[in-house]
Amino acid sequence: MNTFSDSLSTALALLLQADAHLYAIVGLSLRVSLLAVVIAAVFALPLGAMLAVARFPGSRALTVLINGFMGLPAVVVGLGVYLLLSRAGPLGELGLLFTPTAMSIAQAVLVFPLIAAITRQIIEDAWLEYTEQLQSLGASSWQSALTLLWDTRWSLSTVMLAGFGRAIAEVGAVMIVGGNIEGVTRVMTTAIALETSKGDMPLALGLGIVLLTLVLALNAIAHFIRSWAARNYR
Amino acid sequence: MSFIVDRCRRLMLAAAIAAPLASVLPAHAADSFITVSSTTSTEQSGLFNFILPIFTKDSGIAVRVVALGTGQALDMARRGDADVVFVHDKAAEEKFIAEGFGVKRQEVMYNDFVLIGPKEDPAKVAGGKDITEALKKIEAAKASFVSRGDKSGTHAAELRLWKAAGIDLTTAKGPWYKDTGSGMGPALNSAAAMNAYILADRGTWLSFKNRQNLGIVVEGDKRLFNQYGVILVNPAKHPHVKVEAGQKFIDWVVSPSGQRAIAAYKIGDDQLFFPNAEKPVEKQADTKPTAKKK
Repeated sequence: MNTFSDSLSTALALLLQADAHLYAIVGLSLRVSLLAVVIAAVFALPLGAMLAVARFPGSRALTVLINGFMGLPAVVVGLGVYLLLSRAGPLGELGLLFTPTAMSIAQAVLVFPLIAAITRQIIEDAWLEYTEQLQSLGASSWQSALTLLWDTRWSLSTVMLAGFGRAIAEVGAVMIVGGNIEGVTRVMTTAIALETSKGDMPLALGLGIVLLTLVLALNAIAHFIRSWAARNYR
Repeated sequence: MSFIVDRCRRLMLAAAIAAPLASVLPAHAADSFITVSSTTSTEQSGLFNFILPIFTKDSGIAVRVVALGTGQALDMARRGDADVVFVHDKAAEEKFIAEGFGVKRQEVMYNDFVLIGPKEDPAKVAGGKDITEALKKIEAAKASFVSRGDKSGTHAAELRLWKAAGIDLTTAKGPWYKDTGSGMGPALNSAAAMNAYILADRGTWLSFKNRQNLGIVVEGDKRLFNQYGVILVNPAKHPHVKVEAGQKFIDWVVSPSGQRAIAAYKIGDDQLFFPNAEKPVEKQADTKPTAKKK
């Protein structure tokens, strides 16, 4: 079997041809997953930080819950969001099902526990180090949380990348809430699933290699920016 | 209380971030569109890619296809998430109409199912014309058979054929009968990997690339006939259904130009689907649902 060499040449050809159709799919993948990480981070960063610095009733239970939900199956998230957004569901009036927005929402739900849980751990480690200083300054929980979030921003950028990685790689949720509609909600992973269904393994794996290349490139850029910024602004 | 206010603020913030980003996303979609829930066979065979651009060019209506098994496609429409269903399981479609979810069912086109099997043909069924005989031999030989097992139109047809062959699957089922619970393509991939027999629609088979050691072993039996129908989702059940645009699509599919487009779709020299919509609009639609009462 030369499927692997076929896929490599297919992937190379796909990248070199600069096919507009492929770039539209790649672009949608990026936009959907970036938006998902932004939505998730807006909620997950403050929550994770507060769980680290403050003790309130239920905070331990919440921590365990969030840690556990890192293992949330994508299909379950997809199904839940589908039932919410379906016309027969509670949010059906919005007409969001089978749109990129629905896909971002599902992915945001998926990566929220991951971002919140790792943020909590990072902030807690920093908190143990700086508790006395922050308390002697009379900082409230919120102020401490914000200070530590800023202080650990370089570590947190890796958390964002982890969240983005999980979002862009999953297929179960976007397949259900997006419907894999050509030109509207077809992203890299659902396109790969479709080509696998058609039995076109070289093209499917080729698309997989394109996706991987993309994620690697993005991580390389993030790494570069991070080390550059750390050198100049620390 | 402040907790709730806080949450509202957060939601508004999220919406403020999401809205501009989201509005950018479906930029290339046409002004009006309909959602069609259909089967994997129509999508994966490439038929829709071929005929839908023609319709969109004529009408200005974009068609968004969600491809599922027939059972799932009908359920999606039951929930109100589609304007039109385009599927292939007459009994299930008539039930859908009888429940009041569909306005009326119109026949569009047909193709046929084929029995696919390995070249070695362990059950010795190749070249036969009688599908029930072939199934009996497969069961007797305990030769590997892959089933869709996903309540799709093809799955329903397979179950009907086992019944017609006088085989009760609940007792006959063994390790030889592999219930994969997957779409046509994935099931064909499994059959190729396991060198198993499988019932497939001809359209998906013709466009399927990972055939490995498989080929058609039985075809041409009248009972392998596979009729496709199209139904507008009932606006009385789901008021937001795009009746006008949906009806336009249905009218086009059964019109001479729609039927010509279907007939023109070929892979190599093989025509995949054969149009058979009734020429004029007959009152047949009124009699059908009542004829099939439980």
